[in-house]
Amino acid sequence: MLVLAIDTATPAVTAGVVALEPSGVRVLGTRVTQDARAHGELLTPHVLEAVAQAGTHLRELDAIACGIGPGPYTGLRAGMATAGALGHSLGVPVYPVCSLDAIAAEVATGDQNAPFVVVTDARRKEVYWATYDASGARTDGPGVQRPAELAVRLAAGTVAAGQGAELHREALGVTVLQPATPTVAGLVRAAREGLLAGTPPGPLTPLYLRRPDAQEPGQRKRVTAL
Amino acid sequence: MARIVLGIESSCDETGVGLVRLHGDGTVELLADDVASSVEQHARFGGVVPEVASRAHLEAMTPTAERALATAGLSLSDVDAIAVTAGPGLAGALLVGVAAAKAYAAALNVPLFGVNHLAGHIAVDTLQHGPLPSPCLALLVSGGHTQLLRVDDVATTITEIGSTVDDAAGEAYDKVARVLELPYPGGPPIDTAARRGNPAAIAFPRGMTGPRDAAFDFSFSGLKTAVARWVEAAERRGETIPVDDVAASFQEAVADVLTAKAVRAATEAGIGTLVISGGVAANSRLSTLAAERCVEAGIELRVPRPRLCTDNGAMIAALGAHVLAAGVKPSALDLSADPSLPVSTISI
Ligand SMILES: [Zn+2]
Repeated sequence: MLVLAIDTATPAVTAGVVALEPSGVRVLGTRVTQDARAHGELLTPHVLEAVAQAGTHLRELDAIACGIGPGPYTGLRAGMATAGALGHSLGVPVYPVCSLDAIAAEVATGDQNAPFVVVTDARRKEVYWATYDASGARTDGPGVQRPAELAVRLAAGTVAAGQGAELHREALGVTVLQPATPTVAGLVRAAREGLLAGTPPGPLTPLYLRRPDAQEPGQRKRVTAL
Repeated sequence: MARIVLGIESSCDETGVGLVRLHGDGTVELLADDVASSVEQHARFGGVVPEVASRAHLEAMTPTAERALATAGLSLSDVDAIAVTAGPGLAGALLVGVAAAKAYAAALNVPLFGVNHLAGHIAVDTLQHGPLPSPCLALLVSGGHTQLLRVDDVATTITEIGSTVDDAAGEAYDKVARVLELPYPGGPPIDTAARRGNPAAIAFPRGMTGPRDAAFDFSFSGLKTAVARWVEAAERRGETIPVDDVAASFQEAVADVLTAKAVRAATEAGIGTLVISGGVAANSRLSTLAAERCVEAGIELRVPRPRLCTDNGAMIAALGAHVLAAGVKPSALDLSADPSLPVSTISI
C-alpha cells in the first residue's frame, strides 16, 4: 500500500511516500527541509514533490501517517491541518503517530539491541522524551522535562536518538544515535500495524504536553490614584 | 458557467467554512456558512488567547468543512476554487486555515486564493445586497479592527482612509464591560444594558474629533479610561453604579464618532454608499444612528445581517469568488500567512 508520511514536530519539514508491505517498507520519494519557521509555507509543496518523485499521484495514496508531536513549534499544527485536509479530500484514513515513536522505529530497525531513549528539543530549556525497549516499544513517556531531570532517569551511557539528545549530550550523559528527526520510513513503521490491518485510526489530536500560556485576569486595575 | 468557491477563515477565534456559487453574471450566492467558535474558552481570560484559539482551529477545521458541505448538499469534488484568510490575524491561528486550504487545493487540483480578512468583511455584503457600487465607503468595526476604507473594487482596489490609533472599537467594549462587571465579549451585554439607559446621562469624550486631529482616524483609549475614571469616582462616593446609563452613554460616544466620521468621509469624497461590517456592526445604536445620518446626508446604507458581520467562512468564500471573477492570478502553494497583511493587499 502507498502511504504518505508527514511530520512537523521538529525543525524539519518532512514529507515522503512509502510503499508498505507486510515484508517491510520502501521509501519511494522524500522531501525534507530543516527550517523551524517554514512548516506552514513548505509542507504542501514538499508533499507534491515527494509524490512526484515517487512517480505517483495524490489520488493513488491509500493512507496518511502523520506525526502528532510532541513539538514546541506552532508549525506542529501545519502538519496535522495538512494531513487532515488531505485525508478529507482524498477519502483516505490519517493515522496519528507520536513523533518520538517514529524516531524510535528507525532506531529499532538498526543494530540497536538495548533499551534507548528518544529526546527532542522542547525549547524553554526543556526536552520532550520517551524511553523504549530494544524492539522499539515505548516503555515510558512521552514527557517534557529539563535535561538534568531526565538525566536522573537514565543509566550512564544510555543510547539516545533525536536532536534533543545531540543538543544536551553532556547534560544527559548519553551516546547519540541517528536519526535526529522523524523519518518518513519511521513514521510509517510506527503506524505499521494499524495501516496493514486497516484498523480505523484514532483521533488526530496533538500531543501538546503543556498547557497554553494564559493567565486569568485578577482584580481590575484602577486608572485613578487613590 | 457557475463555479463553487469554498472559503476558510481562522484569523481569530472563529473557525469558519463557507460555500458560495459564483454565477456567470458575476453575482455571488451563499450556499453554506458554518462556524465553530472558541469564544467560550477565552471568556475567563477576558480576551482571545492565541494558543487556545489555534488549538481550537485545528480541532474544528475538518468537522466544520464537513458541516458546510452537508449544509450546501455538495461534496468536495464539486468545489472549483479554495479561498482562505491569509491575514491579517493571529499568526498561529492563520497557519491552521492556510495549511488546510493548501492541502484542499492540492488534493482537489483547484486554484487557491489567499485573501485579506478585512476585504472579506466588505465582500460579504454582496451575498445579501448584491454587487457593490463603485466606489463605496466601508466602515469596519470589530474586536480587532476599526477602519474607514474606500472601495473601488472589492477584488482589487481598496484604500485606507482612516483607522484607530489605539484600541479597536470592540476592544473598548470588552474593557468597559469589565469595568461594569458585565461578561466577555462586551458588545452584546453593553448593547442590552444601553437600551435601558439614558445615552445623554454622562458626557463621555469623543476621541480624535478636535480641529487638529486626523479627520478620519479613531481613538477609543481615552473614552475607555474616562468610563473607568467615572465609575471609580462614583464608587469612591459610595454610589451604586448606574450601569445602564454608563453603558448607554459609552455606546452613544462610540456610535457618534464612528457614524459622524464615516458620513463625513463619504460626503467629502462624493461617495453615495456606506457599508458597515464587522462584529460591532450588529450594535443596535450604531446601526440606528448610521441610518439616521445617512438619510440626512443622502447616502445609501448597507449593513449585512449580524451573522454575516461577525467572522465567518462565507465572507472569505465571497471575496474569493470576486477575486476569481476578476481574473486575478491564484496564490502559489508555498503561500504563507501574513499576520499584518495591509488592507490594500486583497489577495496574495
Ligand atoms: Zn474580522
